[in-house]
Amino acid sequence: MGWLLADSWTVAKRHLLHIRSMPEKLSGVTIQPIVFVFMFAYIFGSAIAVPGGDYRQFLLPGVFVQSMATASASIMAGIVSDMASGVMDRFRSLPMARAAVLIGHTGANLVESGLGIVAMAVCGLIVGWRPELGLAPTLAAFGLLLLFGFAMSWVGVFAGLFLKSSEGAQGLGFVLIMPLTFVANTFVPTGGMPAILRAIANWNPTSAVVTACRQLFGGAVPAAPAWPQVHPVLASLLWCAALVAAFLPLSVWRFRRAMTAR
Amino acid sequence: MATAAIRAEGLAKRFGKTRALDGVDLVVEPGTILGLLGPNGAGKTTIVRILTTLLRPDAGTARVDGFDVVRQGHEVRRRIGLAGQQAAVDEYLTGRANLVMMARLYHMPAASARARADALLEQLGLAAAGDRLVRTYSGGMRRRLDLAASLVAAPPIIFLDEPTTGLDPRSRLDLWAMIEGLARAGTTVLLTTQYLDEADRLAGRIAVIDHGRVVASGTPDDLKRGVGGERIDVRAPDADTLPAVRRAVAAALGTEPTLDPETGRLTAQVADGVAGLRAVVRELDRAGLAVNDLALRRPTLDEVFLALTEREVAS
Repeated sequence: MGWLLADSWTVAKRHLLHIRSMPEKLSGVTIQPIVFVFMFAYIFGSAIAVPGGDYRQFLLPGVFVQSMATASASIMAGIVSDMASGVMDRFRSLPMARAAVLIGHTGANLVESGLGIVAMAVCGLIVGWRPELGLAPTLAAFGLLLLFGFAMSWVGVFAGLFLKSSEGAQGLGFVLIMPLTFVANTFVPTGGMPAILRAIANWNPTSAVVTACRQLFGGAVPAAPAWPQVHPVLASLLWCAALVAAFLPLSVWRFRRAMTAR
Repeated sequence: MATAAIRAEGLAKRFGKTRALDGVDLVVEPGTILGLLGPNGAGKTTIVRILTTLLRPDAGTARVDGFDVVRQGHEVRRRIGLAGQQAAVDEYLTGRANLVMMARLYHMPAASARARADALLEQLGLAAAGDRLVRTYSGGMRRRLDLAASLVAAPPIIFLDEPTTGLDPRSRLDLWAMIEGLARAGTTVLLTTQYLDEADRLAGRIAVIDHGRVVASGTPDDLKRGVGGERIDVRAPDADTLPAVRRAVAAALGTEPTLDPETGRLTAQVADGVAGLRAVVRELDRAGLAVNDLALRRPTLDEVFLALTEREVAS
């Protein structure tokens, strides 16, 4: 167990060093959400009316959450590339704790997500978003976002362990992330959606985290009758716990017996 | 009897319908180099993956330094180094950072990890490039770094899967010298290769692999004797003189040469290459025939395989 932590830290350092040599690696959690903030704030914000509130206050939690979900696609691509380049085989031939390869990677991903949150928060403040309820709820919201990012990164790891090419990872990432973050209350209230989509959106884990953040940052929270929308913080915690409880062991299991074709 | 460094018995593995390994037996004595020689898809990499605990065999057993690769994988991993077909190093780290990371994963303390990385960079001629990102390295430098990574823990047994495939001749020679140095220092090496000359130069013993089986094994000399010595190649300048050249070669050597219709090259197998070559030159001179190409060469891997597999079919 001691080695598991030490080895995870060694692997995490590897991924954090990547940021220095490959700053574009952070674009998924920085530039893309920043573009979303400005684009939605000034383009859609001019047309979308949020009942009882300000669109920018409504928008920022959505962008935060979407960027956390997007990070799972980048970790998926990282896993696929490590498998294709033989780096995974090298790790697996070492007398190290094997799970550390994955835990270190998701840990580093968490740090990247944290940097992304800082970048987005700064942009949010520029366009007029304000956390209104004080320090504790604001930090709680950031903590919830990181937890969601961590949970989603395990989904990305698990999916990545089944893929053979980075093109596949890109395609799957798109197919996974788009519906997850758009069939949700991320950018528009769910009230106007067709009944089936609205039901999916209201139970989508993304929506739970978005609503929880809207509550914790303060501002208008459009009413939705579904249970996860009535208890968003609890629902978010349950969703994250469930995702980690499912995908962490599944990923480690898959990694231990992942055998490439030759 | 001392424990063999590597002992495999009856290894079998199938992938779907493909029988990748079909009963492989191998023994490698400590401090020696075994070359696994075979074409792509023969099963060489599968053997390496099983012996390095990356793949479970469907049947058979293998022990590395006395430890079972399936049941005692962790003990095996503490005693081996692996350099795979690709240079499995991190492009976006420096050479030094790659080695330090490896050393830390072998659970060396931070200070010894750094010292070990420095020593290996020095040993493999990468000291000046140690602080550059690996993505700026040439192919040869990457392979050397990859070899360094497999040597971090100074393992008694290393596995090199096609270590020189894709390298330029100079880098290839460098890498050969390093592998020879390892064996001199007492490391057991199992290397796979598609090149007869590589196996010939490095390996004390060679196992020829084809279709997942060991079709022949022995010292390089054993194998070459087995496939019948050297070849003389002759190319006639044009189709008109070809029959005359062919008759001259047959007369000189007392054996009918084979003709490759695509290149127009005649090839004859000879027991004594130099004597055969002189006889062919004399005969061509006497007949007043000019030729485009006249060469004495060792059998190619293709010919070794053809000879070995033909013998199998015959027996």
